[in-house]
Amino acid sequence: MEVQPSAPQGAGPQPTKHRRRWIAALIPLTALALSGCTLPSFGAYKSDTTTGQETYRLWQWFSVGAVIIGTFTFLLIVWAVLRYRRKGDTIPKQSQYHIPLELLYTIIPVIIVGVLFWGTVVVENKVVAMPKTNVKIHVNAFKWGWGFTYPGQNAVVVGNTTQEPTMVMPVGTDVAVTITSTDVMHGFYIPQFNFSRYALPGVTNEVTFHAVKTGTFTGQCSQLCGLYHSLMYFKVKVVTVTQYAAWLHSFDTPAGKLAAQAAQNALKIQMSAGLPVVSAVTAGVN
Amino acid sequence: MKLEARILLVLGLFFAIMGTVYWIWSGENAGGMMIIAGGLLGFLPGSYYWWWSRRMPVRPEDRDGDVTEGAGFVGAFPGTSIFPFTLGAGAFFAVLSLVFGFWLMVPGLGLIVWAAIGGVAESRRGGTQ
Amino acid sequence: MTAVISPDTHHDDAHEAHEHHGPTGVLKWLTTTDHKIIGLSYTVTAVLMLVIGGFFAELIRVQLSAPYEHFLSFAQYNEVFTMHGSIMIYLFAGPMAFGALANIIVPIQIGAPDMAFPRLNALSYWLYLTGSITMLSGFFVSGGAANFGWVGYAPLSNAANSPGAGADLWIGALLLTGFSAIFTGVNICATVFYLRAPGMTLFRMPIFTWNLLVTSILILLAFPVLTAGLIMLYCDRHFGTHIFSVQGGGVPVLWQHIFWFWGHPEVYILALPFFGMVTEIIPVFSRKPVFGYKGMVFATLTIAALSLGVWAHHMFTTGTVLLPFFSIMSLLIAVPTGIKLFNWIGSMWRGQIWFSAAMLFAIGFVITFLIGGLTGIYLASPPLDFFTHDTYFVVAHFHSVVMALVMGGIAGLYYWGPKITGYLLNETIGKIQFWFLFIGSQVFTLPLYILGLRGMPRRMAVYPNNPGWQHLNEIATFGAVLIGISTVLFVVNILVSWKKYPAGDNPWDGHTLEWFTTSPPPHHNFYRLPQIRSERPTWDYNHPEAPALTHGTHEEK
Repeated sequence: MEVQPSAPQGAGPQPTKHRRRWIAALIPLTALALSGCTLPSFGAYKSDTTTGQETYRLWQWFSVGAVIIGTFTFLLIVWAVLRYRRKGDTIPKQSQYHIPLELLYTIIPVIIVGVLFWGTVVVENKVVAMPKTNVKIHVNAFKWGWGFTYPGQNAVVVGNTTQEPTMVMPVGTDVAVTITSTDVMHGFYIPQFNFSRYALPGVTNEVTFHAVKTGTFTGQCSQLCGLYHSLMYFKVKVVTVTQYAAWLHSFDTPAGKLAAQAAQNALKIQMSAGLPVVSAVTAGVN
Repeated sequence: MKLEARILLVLGLFFAIMGTVYWIWSGENAGGMMIIAGGLLGFLPGSYYWWWSRRMPVRPEDRDGDVTEGAGFVGAFPGTSIFPFTLGAGAFFAVLSLVFGFWLMVPGLGLIVWAAIGGVAESRRGGTQ
Repeated sequence: MTAVISPDTHHDDAHEAHEHHGPTGVLKWLTTTDHKIIGLSYTVTAVLMLVIGGFFAELIRVQLSAPYEHFLSFAQYNEVFTMHGSIMIYLFAGPMAFGALANIIVPIQIGAPDMAFPRLNALSYWLYLTGSITMLSGFFVSGGAANFGWVGYAPLSNAANSPGAGADLWIGALLLTGFSAIFTGVNICATVFYLRAPGMTLFRMPIFTWNLLVTSILILLAFPVLTAGLIMLYCDRHFGTHIFSVQGGGVPVLWQHIFWFWGHPEVYILALPFFGMVTEIIPVFSRKPVFGYKGMVFATLTIAALSLGVWAHHMFTTGTVLLPFFSIMSLLIAVPTGIKLFNWIGSMWRGQIWFSAAMLFAIGFVITFLIGGLTGIYLASPPLDFFTHDTYFVVAHFHSVVMALVMGGIAGLYYWGPKITGYLLNETIGKIQFWFLFIGSQVFTLPLYILGLRGMPRRMAVYPNNPGWQHLNEIATFGAVLIGISTVLFVVNILVSWKKYPAGDNPWDGHTLEWFTTSPPPHHNFYRLPQIRSERPTWDYNHPEAPALTHGTHEEK
């Protein structure tokens, strides 16, 4: 890093040559970046839903940008600090403005921001999209647990601070999830789906998951909701479509009906302490 | 003075545009109202300064003024005053009355009224020092 | 406390006419309207709050160093992190930013004898002090202090979910400190607009003063909204209004709109003064003028303008806000912030950098802020915010930023401390303190980023023993210990160098007017003033042979 391309006048004798070398170094980096699959994860989950994977790719691209810009700026700082440490009592040249350079580092960030925003909007539209589907799950958050009801089905699952409820959902299908809260705000957060959404009292939030593989994932409340906020876990179990149908059907047996009834009662008790689940009040757009 | 006015007016204009765009686009009232109100906070003092800047000579601090031009009487700066403390203590009691019972409003208001009278009287005398 | 704020104002060379006679001791502290003494009171109180808030931070880190080990109970933990956040934001960072050094330095930098409204200034301090006492007294009432997070989200903060005096004390404290901030904002605006010395045009003001002016405008825009929201919250709690509760037809999300409409400008209210401090320090220790002065000013104004349109990026996951609008506004703030960053580098470029403690802290600020700023860009993108929101990723992001601000603040104390007290701090201890703080900050925040990406939500008293989580938390706790040691070193430094190293009027070969007067400055700040023809009047006076090269000339030939 002998020379920074945007330094006020290249420090080397032949700045153009150095600059060319620097650009040449960029080419393999860009090639590596373009072959998307080879990008490192930068610490995030690859995710097991379609929208989660979109988000993951956006995350990778943001990270590529952040690493390049961050490294460049960091080296610039370190270079300035090491190269220009005080050597004598001479007063350095009192230059104060370099208009082309200043314009450069105004315009380039604007372009970068434009690209980031474009990527954001593309992914965001996919994440918040609500395609039509028959599989529906209603999530009801309360202090301190989760209740999952399946509209049109008998199935009901309710948990509390000591018992994690399991949200069963089928793989390879759009699953419409509606989220609301009976008392305070909660956060419906599934790390491995790369997604969270508030459970708000008085508002029903909607999201669609499309899981691509089966498995069991942990979810938990992400928004502070009082004393036992840290014990508000749930599980998400993604099963095959046939297993899902069988699971739903298990609530139609007499024993299953009893279990569902008990769960329903437990949920009612929780909800009666709070609010009507859905009220007419909604706020804002979306 | 013109520049001060211009900064506030431009900020106000920016908030007015941003607020309008946001309000129409989102239809969300609280935020739209708040940005527009922010715009008013730019326009209100901004237009005041603008009005004045056209009616006064350019001040020494707005041009290459000489230091000697600033000599003389700047204003009465009270050297010491107990009334800020009194007023602060009054406000303290007033706020505590919201928590521990409204009887605390009695000493609170007492101190506030005392500070108001005392402070004004002090200003009439031209400060303590 | 009085011992600290009764500096010896008697100088041998003091002019008789300017000699100030007044009360001494406690009475002097209670009745003063001198901006320097008020600023010093602010500084001492704010640093005290930093120590208290830091103590709570250490408690949190001890609790989290093991998944299930109950060092604190659930209830205690909620109180501790709420008070940690509240103290740091409302009682340390804000007052430190616009109350402490700003109060002392802004009038001197523009050649003013005092603030425009000295008694209002004193009132600001008393409201801040009583507000701090009010908030801390939450620990001494039954039910404990507020425990709903520093954001106080309704409906968790309503009477049913958070009964008890602690929550009301929290509201009361915020009312007091909120008015304190508003009065300071009015005061700084009026001072900058009306009390500048002849020749000190707006575009000759030091960047620190510029940033404080913009901060004050932001205070006036934002804080009244918070005050209004707090009154609504109080009415909800006690008078049966239903502004934020669904039962009565209210909208809980409205609280978030109001809170963040204050809360996001507040982020810049905290940050801009520290940006300003660093912008003063880096050029002085590089012996160059600040690079891109006008760009710096426009960047500050742009940040202020945009900051009013970004509040709902804290609310992306509520599902009730307009995502693209807030996304683009938030992303755009990166542009002026980047300009500032490159201007800081440009100020060092080809300079003669003197690594004093203040400069080290300033460089530490730039690097730490780079990390915090870059991770902030992720959070401006709604899809990325969806999976990092309310996790430790966010916590790590804003702790990178605030640790940078703390470094900026300490840099400011090392830089302007000699001007205020007349005595330098020990440089060697200062440098050791810097390395503890700088390394500690990174060791503390970097594991938290990974924890957040692995799915650890914030505000957890206990956490599942997932692989790696405990180790990452242990590393973060180790970083917090390093930060704690640096704070102790700072206190040690103050004690060690107490009145030991006389500073002289201009120890750093400073640029701006405060280095022209004595250390500490006399009662009304100046015995004489230099000719003001650039933004560096003191430098121009001391080095008439080396004026700044203006008109965009970067080539001398």
